[in-house]
Formats: sequence, C-alpha cells, structure tokens
Amino acid sequence: MAQTILSITQLNEYIRGKMDADPRLTQVAVRGEISNYKLYPSGHHYFTLKDEASALRCVMFKGNAMRLRFRPENGMKVIAVGKVSVFPRDGAYQLYCSAMTTDGVGDLYAAFEQLKKKLSAQGLFDPAHKKPLPRYPGTIGIITSSAGAAVHDMLRILRKRYPLSNVRLLPVRVQGAEAPGEIAAAIAYANHYRLADLLIVGRGGGSMEDLWAFNDERVAYAIYQSQIPVISAVGHEPDVTISDYVADLRAATPSNAAELAVPDQDALRQSLDSMSTAMAVALNRQLKAARQHLNVLSQSPALRGPTAYIEQREKGLELLKSRLAAAQNQQLTRKNQRYIAAVSKLDAMSPLKVLSRGYAMAQTQEGTVIRSVRQVEPGQRIRISLTDGKLSATVTEKKEDAV
Amino acid sequence: MNQGNKTFEESMTRLEQIVRSMERGDVPLEESLKLFQEGTELVRSCQKLLDQAQLQVKKIMTAPDGSPVEEEFQDEP
Repeated sequence: MAQTILSITQLNEYIRGKMDADPRLTQVAVRGEISNYKLYPSGHHYFTLKDEASALRCVMFKGNAMRLRFRPENGMKVIAVGKVSVFPRDGAYQLYCSAMTTDGVGDLYAAFEQLKKKLSAQGLFDPAHKKPLPRYPGTIGIITSSAGAAVHDMLRILRKRYPLSNVRLLPVRVQGAEAPGEIAAAIAYANHYRLADLLIVGRGGGSMEDLWAFNDERVAYAIYQSQIPVISAVGHEPDVTISDYVADLRAATPSNAAELAVPDQDALRQSLDSMSTAMAVALNRQLKAARQHLNVLSQSPALRGPTAYIEQREKGLELLKSRLAAAQNQQLTRKNQRYIAAVSKLDAMSPLKVLSRGYAMAQTQEGTVIRSVRQVEPGQRIRISLTDGKLSATVTEKKEDAV
Repeated sequence: MNQGNKTFEESMTRLEQIVRSMERGDVPLEESLKLFQEGTELVRSCQKLLDQAQLQVKKIMTAPDGSPVEEEFQDEP
C-alpha cells in the first residue's frame, strides 16, 4: 500500500492548518483553574488551565499579559480567551491566551457590595451597637476550623500572653456551602449556653471564595445578635469581610485577634511592678511628711526643755497675777475716795448737825416726825430730840397759826 | 478550668484603687500603711497567679440533648 510518508513537521503543520481554519477554535473562551503558573524573564506567561477532569496548556505573550488587571496565581479560577493552535515543536496544542479575567469574583464583589449596603441600612454596622471587650476574659470561645493553622496560631499567642484564660473551641467548617450555617449556629450556641466571655470568629487566609462564608448574612446577623462580644478575624490584613464590619472589633488576622483579645502578661507584670513602686513612693512621701511634722513639733520649747518651759510660763503667770492685783487695788482706791466724798456730803445734810444749832425735832411715840400741830392733840405724849439727848413731854395746849 | 482569672481581675481593680488613693495622699498615715500592706500582698498574689497559670483548652462537642460537652483538645505537640 502506497502511503505518503510525512515528516513530523509536515504533520504538525497540517494539523495546525486544520485548527487555524476552524473559526470555533480561533476565538474561544474557556473557564478553568490556573496551575503550574510560570512567568518567564521574557515576560511571557505559561500555565495550565484545568477542571476536575482535564487540563489545557496555555501561553500568554508579554504584549497581552501587560493588559491583565490582576496577577494570576495558582488555584485562581479564571476565564481565558484566545485561539487554540498547535505548537509544532512539541506537537502539542495549546491556548494562545489574548485576554483573561477572574471568574466569578466580579459577581462576588457585586454581591458583597449589595449585602454591605443592605446590612448597613439595617444598622448592623452601627458603632453604638458595638460592645466593649472584657479587660480580662476568663473564657474565650474560638469559632473556627479545628484543623487549620489559625487555631494553633491563636492558642500559641493566648498561651504566651494570658495563660489565665480558658479557651473553648467550637469547631466549624469555614468554607463551603455548609460553613455559614455552622458558623452562625456556633455563635448562637455559645450565647445560648453562655460558653464564653468573648468570641473570636474567623479563619486563616484564602481566596475571596474561601473567605466567602464570612460575607454571609446569616453569619452577620448571628454576630449582631450575639450578647457575647465578638472579634472578627478573617484572612490576612487586606481582606475585609461583612463579619469584620458587624463584629465589635475587627482583627487583621487570627493571630492579631488573639493579641487583641487578652492583656499581655509581660505588660501586666510591668504594671504590677510599677504599682508596687507607686505605693512605696506614696507611702514614703507620707512618712517623710509625718517625720518632718514630728521634727517641727520636737523643736518646739515645750518638748525641748519641759522644765524651762514650765518655769517660763510660771513667770508669765506671776506677772499676770501681780497685774491683776494692781488693777484690783486701783479700783478699790477709786471706790474708797468716792465713798469718802459721799459720806462728807451726807454729813453736811445730817439732822444732828441741825439740832446742834439749837433746833429740836418732835416725834410721836411711834416715831413719826411732827411737822404740823394737826398731828397731835392736847394730852398726847410726844418725844423731843435735842442735840445731846431726848425729852418726853405732854402737849398741854394747841394753837394753830393763822396763815 | 482556670479559676484564677476572676481573682486576678478583682485584685487588679482593687490594686488600681489602692494606688489611686495612696497617690492622692488624702488618707491618714495609719490607713496608708494598711493599704500598702494590702497592696503588696495583692501584687504578690497576682504575680503568683500569672506564674502558675496554664492556658486551658477544651473542644466543645454537643451531647445528644444538645447541651455542650467539653473534650480535651490537643494543640501542642
């Protein structure tokens, strides 16, 4: 049988011609996950796109790659557009990729923004609703996967910083369709049984899809309704999820959440030391002040030489006593003089003085001074006082002067 | 289960109170001496609590009736 024998090159060129002639292969869009990604120094990108069952070799030349709006990474789901053709040297067909977008992320962003807007309008991000964290949490509930690195990172930091705490791990799935329901249920469960003073809800880093459970409104509502304060700890620093907005505190990473959750024992020991010092300083100051006061008192004359002090005070007392006596004397002399003056005045007016000049005073037996003849009747006995004695007499006659 | 946390928290709160009132200096000397003694004991007991504490880690599982059950969780090799 006569058969044309082709060179490899001829065959590959033939196949290439066939493929290039097929309009369905010259402009194709394909969905897949990036693997074996390599960026060559030439600026060309080489990678494989795959789904569950198959793989497709791809190349993206520098000129097209420069227009990419993201940095391709292994594991990323993308939609690649280009033509399928043969690379004759290897005899392999591949996708010559002219453009590429991330798959689904655009939709996720839209969904994220939509949910954020809705929950914000409902007040779920209201700063006034945020609860303060306990200063010294006795029990910390960690809601995350028990398998991931995140839980170990957190436990390591909690153990180092504040070993006085108890940790209760509530294991949940943190990605996939079941995750949001499990996370929300664990938050509600911890609240129902009051399992912790503080909750950390989160997971380690991953793609936007991996973190998607924390953008679920069930999780958002569960965090909002939690009576126990919640720290959200999802992914890496730049990842922000709905949970971060609702939580009482957002941590950049799970490790960061562990740091924010508890005080640092080194700082606490330092603070204990400084309180010790502060107490000693305060007490010393008070003691010093008391000692100074004591010194002032002991310098006082009363305490320095009690005898001399008493003598001095006694002298003072004597002085006061003599001043008192002098004052009393002076007062007495003044009173005496006034008395003598009064007596001599009285003497000048004395009836005895009048009698000595020859006058007599007549009185009734009862002692009433007789000033008028009408006071007596003839035959009545009266008394007459003279300067040197008294007479008893009887009235023999009464004659009233005519006035 | 660590029991020290509550004591630690109360001790810290009391200590802060003691330091504040001693620093204000408006308590009589005799009272200050008592506060100093109390404070020094609190500092020692807080340090001891920190020294002796060991983070307790439990995994919460659910009993058939839905109530929580604590299980050991081995996180250290």
